[in-house]
Amino acid sequence: MIYLLLFWEFFKTGLFAVGGGLATLPFLYSMGEHTGWFTASQVADMLAVSESTPGPIGINMAVYTGYTSAGVLGSVCALIGIITPSVIVIVLIAAALKAFRDSKYVQGAFYGIRPASTGLITAAGLSVAMGALLRTEAWTGWSRFWTVLDWKALALAAAVFAGTRLFKKLHPAVFILLGAAVGALFHFAGA
Amino acid sequence: MKIYWELFVSFFRMGAITFGGGYAMLPILQREVVQDRGWCTDQELTDYFAIGQCTPGIIAVNTATFIGYKLRGVPGAVVATLSLVLPSFIIIGVIAAVLQNFAEYPLVQNAFAGIRVVVTVLILNAVIKLLRSSVVDKPTAAIYVATAVLAFALDVSPVLFVVVTAALGIALHIRKEAGKK
Repeated sequence: MIYLLLFWEFFKTGLFAVGGGLATLPFLYSMGEHTGWFTASQVADMLAVSESTPGPIGINMAVYTGYTSAGVLGSVCALIGIITPSVIVIVLIAAALKAFRDSKYVQGAFYGIRPASTGLITAAGLSVAMGALLRTEAWTGWSRFWTVLDWKALALAAAVFAGTRLFKKLHPAVFILLGAAVGALFHFAGA
Repeated sequence: MKIYWELFVSFFRMGAITFGGGYAMLPILQREVVQDRGWCTDQELTDYFAIGQCTPGIIAVNTATFIGYKLRGVPGAVVATLSLVLPSFIIIGVIAAVLQNFAEYPLVQNAFAGIRVVVTVLILNAVIKLLRSSVVDKPTAAIYVATAVLAFALDVSPVLFVVVTAALGIALHIRKEAGKK
């Protein structure tokens, strides 16, 4: 009954992994260890694919591990397993918020949470920026700090920033496609 | 029925063009859900993200559930969530079946490095928009700066930030209300 087990393992992951897709990683490593469905090095490969394909990383990981363990039906079970806790928890919270929207406590809490949420997104954005715009492995000290700057990436970033200001009507997907083309054409990963 | 179809089209498209998880989806959500469809405001989106980060599960899924629920209750939540994950199911299924070493192709690595640069800029734009609806006075500006710096510098769970700032927000809000009287 690997299908039920897959559902159950991913249900637990969905219920206890707080903070998004990467938070599911430790759960996946331990799942592979105690079930023998996949190895730790397979998890690393699956993460690389999940990060370089569209869709939420946690969802991609669930589909991939489900497929590796038990084929198409396995990936359906893993997928349904990981999203079910989210749907239940969020529906309960959304219903509670609807009922208590006008409470001064709820309003006060969100007055404080909103800037914190934006702050958390900023911090996550900075981490993404460091990976995308810097070559941290080239760091040789402050006296030559510019060696870490990835000029090709910075030029593209500046062009995209200007582009999003000039052409506000363009869908973000257009810029994402453009980024893929420029990256492939100018060997952005050095590969 | 039309709204369910619109939910499906919108969330399916978002699932197919988001590279890099929940944060990368934010600029696309702002475009599709706030700007084009008017299903929620920037401020509501910030609230959903805050809750999505401190509740279990994947942030993008939590946000989709929130928006679907707001529009059409539980059926709306289910439709939005399933539509969001359907592209992953198809794409990953194909890769797992025939392209096991997909991530090792130089073309994929180079294209993805380019996409990451674009996503960085899109997140920056999203943050600028969110700042307008979340930083409204001096206390909220202080909370924003403190959270951004601490969350970047320390490896702490987002739950902690949300719980502390919620308590702080309640205290500040009640003091402000008392001051008005």
